Amino acid sequence: MRQRKLTKTFKSNLITYGMVIAAYVIIQILINTGNISNLLKGLMVPLCTYAILAVSLNLTVGILGELSLGHAGFMCLGAFASAFFSSCMKETSIPPALRFFLAILIGAVVAGIFGVLIGIPVLRLRGDYLAIVTLAFGEIIKNLVNALYVGLDEDGFHFSMKNSMDLNMSDQGRVIINGAQGITGTPKDATFTIGIVLLLITLFIVLNLIYSRDGRAIMSIRDNTIAAESVGINITKYKIMAFSISAALAGVAGVLYAHNLSALTATSKNFGYNMSILFLVFVVLGGIGNIRGSIIAAVVLTLLPELLRGLNDYRMLIYSIVLIAMMLFNWAPKCIEWREKLVSKVKSRRKETKEV
Amino acid sequence: MSFLTYLINGISLGSVYALIALGYTMVYGIAKMLNFAHGDVIMVGAFATYTVCSTMGLSPVLGVLVAVVLCTTLGMVIEKIAYKPLRKASSPLAVLITAIGVSYFLQNVALLVFGSNMKSFTSVVPLNSVKLFGGQITISGETIVTIISCIIIMAVLMLFINKTKAGQAMLAVSEDKGAAQLMGINANATITLTFAIGSALAAVAGVLLCSAYPSLTPYTGSMPGIKAFVAAVFGGIGSIPGAFIGGILLGVIENLSKAYISSQLSDAIVFAVLIVVLLVKPTGLLGKNIQEKV
Repeated sequence: MRQRKLTKTFKSNLITYGMVIAAYVIIQILINTGNISNLLKGLMVPLCTYAILAVSLNLTVGILGELSLGHAGFMCLGAFASAFFSSCMKETSIPPALRFFLAILIGAVVAGIFGVLIGIPVLRLRGDYLAIVTLAFGEIIKNLVNALYVGLDEDGFHFSMKNSMDLNMSDQGRVIINGAQGITGTPKDATFTIGIVLLLITLFIVLNLIYSRDGRAIMSIRDNTIAAESVGINITKYKIMAFSISAALAGVAGVLYAHNLSALTATSKNFGYNMSILFLVFVVLGGIGNIRGSIIAAVVLTLLPELLRGLNDYRMLIYSIVLIAMMLFNWAPKCIEWREKLVSKVKSRRKETKEV
Repeated sequence: MSFLTYLINGISLGSVYALIALGYTMVYGIAKMLNFAHGDVIMVGAFATYTVCSTMGLSPVLGVLVAVVLCTTLGMVIEKIAYKPLRKASSPLAVLITAIGVSYFLQNVALLVFGSNMKSFTSVVPLNSVKLFGGQITISGETIVTIISCIIIMAVLMLFINKTKAGQAMLAVSEDKGAAQLMGINANATITLTFAIGSALAAVAGVLLCSAYPSLTPYTGSMPGIKAFVAAVFGGIGSIPGAFIGGILLGVIENLSKAYISSQLSDAIVFAVLIVVLLVKPTGLLGKNIQEKV
C-alpha cells in the first residue's frame, strides 16, 4: 500500500517536471524554426518569472494555509538586491555566468531573510488580518525602495533617503539606486533557458518539501493548528520555514525579472499590491495547493491578455469576464453539482453502449 | 496654527476613508468576505456625478442622487451575480478572487466608456471656504461638508442598525447566520441590503473624495479603497464605530506625516502604524477577540 502511494506522488511529480521540460522543448523548436512572433519570444522570461511566483505563493497559501498579499514585496527585494549587486560588479572582471549565479543567490537570501524577519511577528496573526499586514509590508518595501539613494565611489557606498545630491560623492562616483528612477543598466543576463532551469529548481524544492516530514508538519498546521500543536509540532518554526522559503523563491523570481529589463523601477504596476493579488489569482485559479495547476494558471493568465491583443481595448474587459466566469464555474457549489451530473450522465451512457 | 490646518484636512480625508470603510466593514461582518470591488464602486459613483453635472450640466443634487441610486443598484447586482453563487464555496478565497475580477471589470468598463485621460471633477459643494483666527486658518467648503456629512451618516447608520428591524436582522446575521435563519430572518435579503447600503455610502464617498481631490480616472477608487480597507482592519473589521475611528485616525496620520515627515513615505508610515497596532492588538482597536475553540 505504502509502495503504491509513493509511486503515485512520484508519478504526479514526474508529470509536472515533464510538462515544463516538454513546453521548453516545444518552444525552443518553434524559436529555432522561426515560427514564433517576437512579442511571444519576449514573453518567455516573464512567463517563467510568474510561474515561479505562483509556485512559491502556493507554498504559503496552499500548503501552509495562510493568505499572503505581500508577495510582490519579496519579489521587489530580490529584484533590487540582485540588480544592485549586478550593477556594482558590472565593471569588474568577474565572468557573467558566475555574476548572475551570485546575483540569484543574493536575491534569494535577501528575500528569505526578510521573510524570516517579517514572518516572526506577522505569522501570529490569522486569516484576513495576516493578509492585510502582508499587503502593508509589500507596500512599505515598495515605498522605501522608491525613496532610497545609493551611490558608489572610491570611498565606498553612500546612502541617502533624500535625493542623489545628498549622497556627497566624489566626481568619479556613480549613483546605483536613484530613488524613484531605480536601477538602470542592469546586465540582461536572464534567458529563457535560465528561467526554465530556475523554475525546475523551484519545483524541485517545493515538491520535495511537500512530501517530506517537514512538509507534512506544515500541512498538519494548515489542516488543524491546535491538533498539530498538541502532537508536538513546533508551529512557529514550521510556519516561518514555509513562509521564508516562499519569500526566497519569490526573490529568485525577482532576480529573473530584474535581469530581463535594462531599467528597474518600483512602481505599483510591477511591485504593488495589485501584483500580489494577481499572483493570488494564479494560485486560486490553478487550484489551492496544486503546484502543477499554479504553473498552468500563471501561463494561461499571462498569455491571455497577449492573445486577446487583437481585440484592443476590449481585451482586459474580456479577461475580467473570463476570470469571473472561470471562478464561478470552478468553485460555485451549484456549478460543481451540475458538472458532476453531466459527467455521470456521460459515463452511464457509455456503459449502456458497451452493454449493448 | 498650520498644525491645526493639517489636522482638519486630515479629519476630512479620514471622513472619506471612514465612509468607504463602513462599506467594507459591514460587508465583512455579514458575508465574511473582503469586497475588493468596493473601491471601484466609489469610482463609478464619481463618474456618475461627473456625467450628470459636468457633461450634461444638471444640478449637483441630481448628480449625487443618480450616483447613489446607480451604485446601490450596482452593489446589489454584483452581489447577486458574482458573490451569491460562491457563498457556500469550499474555500473563502474563491469569492475574494471573484471580487478582484469584478474590480477589473468595473475599471475596464470605465476605461472603455470614459477613456484613460484624467477628468477634472467640478466640486459639488457650493460652500465657500471659511477663514478662522483672522485668516490664519482656511478651511475649504469641501472639508466642512465632508466632515459634517460623515457624522450625519454615521449617526443615521447607528440608529438604523440599533433601532430598526432590518438593522437588528443585520446584527443577528453577522453574529450567527444559522441561528438568525432559524429565528425567521431572511439571510439572503439581509446580505443584499448590506451590499446596497455599503455601495450607497461608497457613492457618497466617491463624490466627496473627488470634490476634494478633483482628478478622476478609472483607477481613482483603487488606492482609497485599499486605504479604507486598512482603516477598517485598523479599527477592528466588522465593527462600525471601529471603521469610523480607524478611518479618521488613518486620514490624520497620513496628512500629518505628509506635512511633517515625508510626502513620499506617508503611505509607508500609514502601513507601519497599522502593523504596530495589529501586533499589539491582533483584532484591531475595537475588534472582538474570538478565542479559537477545539
